[in-house]
Amino acid sequence: MAALITQSPILIIAIPLLAAFLTPLVGMASKKARNALVIGSLVFVAFLVFALARDVVINGIHVYTLGAASPAQAIPTGFIVPVRIILEVDGMSAFFGIIWAVVSLAAAIYSLSHIAGESGQNRFYTLLLLMVTGGFGMMFTGDLFNLFVFLEIASISGGALIAYRTRYADTQEGGFKYIVVSAIAGLMVLFATGILYAQYNSLNIAYLAQTIQYTRLDQIALALLLIAFAMKTGMVPLHLWFPDAYSVAPASITGMLVITSHACMYAAFRVCFTLYGRVIDAPVVGWILIVFGLLTMFVGVTMAVYQKDVMRFMSYHAISQLGYMWLGVGVGLAVLGNPALVGVGGWGREAMSGGIFHILNHAMYKPLLFFTGGALFHYTGTRDLTKMGGLAHKMKWTTVLYIIGTLSISGIPPLNGFSSKILIYESVYQFNPIFTIVGIIVSILTLASFTKAFHSAFMGAELPEYRGGREVPKSMIIAMGILAAGIVFITLFPSLIVDSTIHPAADALIDPNPYISAVIGVAP
Amino acid sequence: MENIPLNFPFLAAALLAAISFYIVIFKRNLIKLIMGIAIMASAVNLFLVALGYRAGGNAPIYTDVPEGSMVLPVPQALTLTSIVINVAVLALMLTMVIQIYRHTGSLDSEKSRKLKG
Repeated sequence: MAALITQSPILIIAIPLLAAFLTPLVGMASKKARNALVIGSLVFVAFLVFALARDVVINGIHVYTLGAASPAQAIPTGFIVPVRIILEVDGMSAFFGIIWAVVSLAAAIYSLSHIAGESGQNRFYTLLLLMVTGGFGMMFTGDLFNLFVFLEIASISGGALIAYRTRYADTQEGGFKYIVVSAIAGLMVLFATGILYAQYNSLNIAYLAQTIQYTRLDQIALALLLIAFAMKTGMVPLHLWFPDAYSVAPASITGMLVITSHACMYAAFRVCFTLYGRVIDAPVVGWILIVFGLLTMFVGVTMAVYQKDVMRFMSYHAISQLGYMWLGVGVGLAVLGNPALVGVGGWGREAMSGGIFHILNHAMYKPLLFFTGGALFHYTGTRDLTKMGGLAHKMKWTTVLYIIGTLSISGIPPLNGFSSKILIYESVYQFNPIFTIVGIIVSILTLASFTKAFHSAFMGAELPEYRGGREVPKSMIIAMGILAAGIVFITLFPSLIVDSTIHPAADALIDPNPYISAVIGVAP
Repeated sequence: MENIPLNFPFLAAALLAAISFYIVIFKRNLIKLIMGIAIMASAVNLFLVALGYRAGGNAPIYTDVPEGSMVLPVPQALTLTSIVINVAVLALMLTMVIQIYRHTGSLDSEKSRKLKG
């Protein structure tokens, strides 16, 4: 078991990659065996992620050096700098890894019946597993260039999956927009990587963080990295592609895309807090994140209110919710220089914990809502909310799961969305009360629009055209059930979650020194 | 190399990047958009290759090595990886444009647009 945990960072990336290329081979022989391979590999990966995360919380940062005699030997004998490819898992990486493992497993189970009628399923699962590889790679890498490589793996497979149903014209358009944005963002990241390599002759994040000077060139690199990752997460005003890509993808893929945007958010946090952690002009960058975060919250929700397409409506809400996370973490960044505020018990730390906790909650309820949207599409064959009605009569499970997701996203006590929002409200209030007021207004608008959507899709008399239908297949309900169970668990034990996963993640961001010394060794 | 000013390749990369941004933002034809992204990729690759030159270092080729220190070939390795990735991205974009043309009969991004609002 100990050996398994030591090797787990690379296994978590390698197993989905291997399974991805086995999938078409096994799929030629038998469909059932292929599905078992996909689900089995994802279950095993999820198990490894949980074991690794537990170990990280107990024993501290895991460093895995590829090709070294022992995985913990980051710097080869005779060298003074790390030259090998290094994977580094700290509290923040482990936290995102857990989210990605749970949601990708749920999405794969959901896909079993969601794409049952489509052709080319072997290729669908290959791409899905490649996307899982890319996501884990982004979260676990300790190397700026591999961050770019895994970002591109996730983007290419994600773009292909959005455009998977080639018979619809809009899927092609959404996929094209996604891949164009991803290509530009990826090239910006690569350009910034080149700028940093030119000055410090290394690609290792820990080594760069130790030696970085914050020269004018470094500031340009920081701006490029932040713009690229903000573009990929759909921050206003770079959000225009976001609803187009999210609304046309198969619902299971939309759920996973939410988490790839969180992975880009992780990369942005890693850049701000670790790579530039020692030198960053924290108040300026923090205020930039806060202002754009507020804009994202407000524009997202106001655009969502009048949408008629159910997936598009939820996409705009996803944009709006991402704003809460930028706000919470931005407030933490703005007061980063003040140890009293970001230390244990300070409101700066609580604001960051709130933002990070909201990522976890969002990663549970937003894929759940997208999955229910996919279930509505599966049942009715349309995404137009005005053409739906009275679906609660036939889709009892979907209705219940939709209600759980709605209450959670609107922050109704005691659901998990409320626990993270109250954490953000309370701590941000100390920073500036107006931000809390904006947050509450956005939350009210969210509730209003989800209630409206609920009313038009589920309530009312049964419409004649939907009378003959049946509830969606079991695998879709199981997938939604996994996420709903996650919501219920977080709702019941919020303080357990905050103490065991959120605070380690926030502390990993606040203090970059453990991340650096895990690779470089403690400075004399 | 002695006759070329040292920052000439960087200026060329910056010029290529500026041209590509102009194309990506202002051109409506989807094929031209893809060409813009290809130019942007070339700009970044040129930038990386130009970084690989260090004054006084030897090229890292292990036959007939002259005296002196060798350059670490990391930027070259990055460039190769980046070229491979960009081939995949461009191929995927072109397949999508073919599909868009089949569905809508137009390559103009204003005319073939279905998703709004």
